[in-house]
Amino acid sequence: MFSTRNFNRSKPVLFILILFPSLLWAQQFVTGNLGVNPIEKLMDELGLMALRLIILTLMITTLSNIKSLKSIVVLRRMIGLFAFYYVCLHFSTYIVLDHFLDMQFIIQDIIKRPFITFGFISFLFLIPLASTSTNNMIKRLGFKLWKKIHYLIYPVAILASMHFYVLVRADKTEPVIYMGIIILLLLHRIFKRLTRPQLAQ
Amino acid sequence: MKILGSEITPYKTYLNRRKFIKGSLASAMLATVTSSAFANHDSDLSIYTKNLNENDKLNSYEEITTYNNFYEFGTHKKHPHLNSGNFKPRPWTIKIDGLVKKPQTFDLEKILSNVTIEDRVYRLRCVEAWSMVIPWQGFQLSELIKMAEPLSSAKYVQFVTVFRPEEMPGQQKRTIIWPYREGLRMDEAMNPLTILATGLYGHEMPNQNGAPIRLVVPWKYGFKSIKSIVEIRFLDTQPETSWETLAPWEYGFYANVNPNVNHPRWSQGTERRIGEFKRRETLMFNGYEEEVAHLYKDLDLTKFY
Repeated sequence: MFSTRNFNRSKPVLFILILFPSLLWAQQFVTGNLGVNPIEKLMDELGLMALRLIILTLMITTLSNIKSLKSIVVLRRMIGLFAFYYVCLHFSTYIVLDHFLDMQFIIQDIIKRPFITFGFISFLFLIPLASTSTNNMIKRLGFKLWKKIHYLIYPVAILASMHFYVLVRADKTEPVIYMGIIILLLLHRIFKRLTRPQLAQ
Repeated sequence: MKILGSEITPYKTYLNRRKFIKGSLASAMLATVTSSAFANHDSDLSIYTKNLNENDKLNSYEEITTYNNFYEFGTHKKHPHLNSGNFKPRPWTIKIDGLVKKPQTFDLEKILSNVTIEDRVYRLRCVEAWSMVIPWQGFQLSELIKMAEPLSSAKYVQFVTVFRPEEMPGQQKRTIIWPYREGLRMDEAMNPLTILATGLYGHEMPNQNGAPIRLVVPWKYGFKSIKSIVEIRFLDTQPETSWETLAPWEYGFYANVNPNVNHPRWSQGTERRIGEFKRRETLMFNGYEEEVAHLYKDLDLTKFY
């Protein structure tokens, strides 16, 4: 049995572990150690990290169904906020480094290219999640409404994995694995939903 | 200047290269280029830079040989460099068949003894919106076509890459339908810009760049420039090409570099020149408009992309 205290104690370590890649990539970028096409590499790494963290938040909810891991849910907010952090870095790399704030071009790109559209909507949906993440916001909104808003994580995850899927030119194994995990996690939730009302009655 | 491990030529390879050049590359000019290039291939860049456009700068040997799309060795840019060590580009033959006077198989050495190897510095523009400037050594495809003696009914040329899954780990997975195939219209193939390249920076073609012989069509997106060619077929109908077969809504047969016709995944209006920070405008026909625009004067380039 892992207590809330156990998980809370692991937070500082987890914080550093998840933050570290971004610092490393920034350092490698500045020193010219991110390969031949550093902007592309930086964008890819940040995006992939964001997607993995989004999936991790979904996994945490599922894991918290296991009795002995119930308290793991205390880690979810931090990981979710880190997902938002990496998405923001990913998006600003695209805006600033890749396209040099050429807004006209970027808007066209978002509208015309489905994979960028998916990624952009996914980013937009994450904003209300991140901005309602404080205890104070939960109180102000009421848990029910807060929970409803946070269902947005499902379209976020699906769109983010589609963003990756469409980007890959030929070997789609990796994005398909991520999509598969997301689908399994969602199916588990639907299954739980369908079995719960009977208990309630 | 920092010399990377990958830039040092092992002695055995050096000897083989000497032999290869003596035996097949009779061109006196290339002999001087290569011998000076062995120790450090980019020590005397003036050989190549004199062919450069004023806005262009050569990409480094490291950039050209560590960032490649060659799915036969894996789908990541670094895979061809990392996974191509077991590939054996010698001995090599090219089969010529289809609409020719006499189908036959040429030894690469025999082809090379009949052609003139020259330096060609070309821009290479990938459909993924990045580009490089590469100093190739090679000969005009038209020279080989003359040797092949196609019939007058031949209107297209098809090229096929080698299929060796045991040496090309990427081919063990069905990412695309192997072997890779590409094609050109006969007049495109005969255009003086179109070359078969056998080297870069005065080195024999590195495995990851399409050893021992590859096509270079500088006004088309990079995927048209098929690598490690083992078969050339002359046809009277437009041949199937790998990327067009895989995703016809994204890739066309012509695949001319065209900033005005967008790809569903990459805007083709701009590109990142490898080594540069800011994007640059993509040029019509990759800047070779003068040499090739006449080939397409009757073609709707938005339809035949």
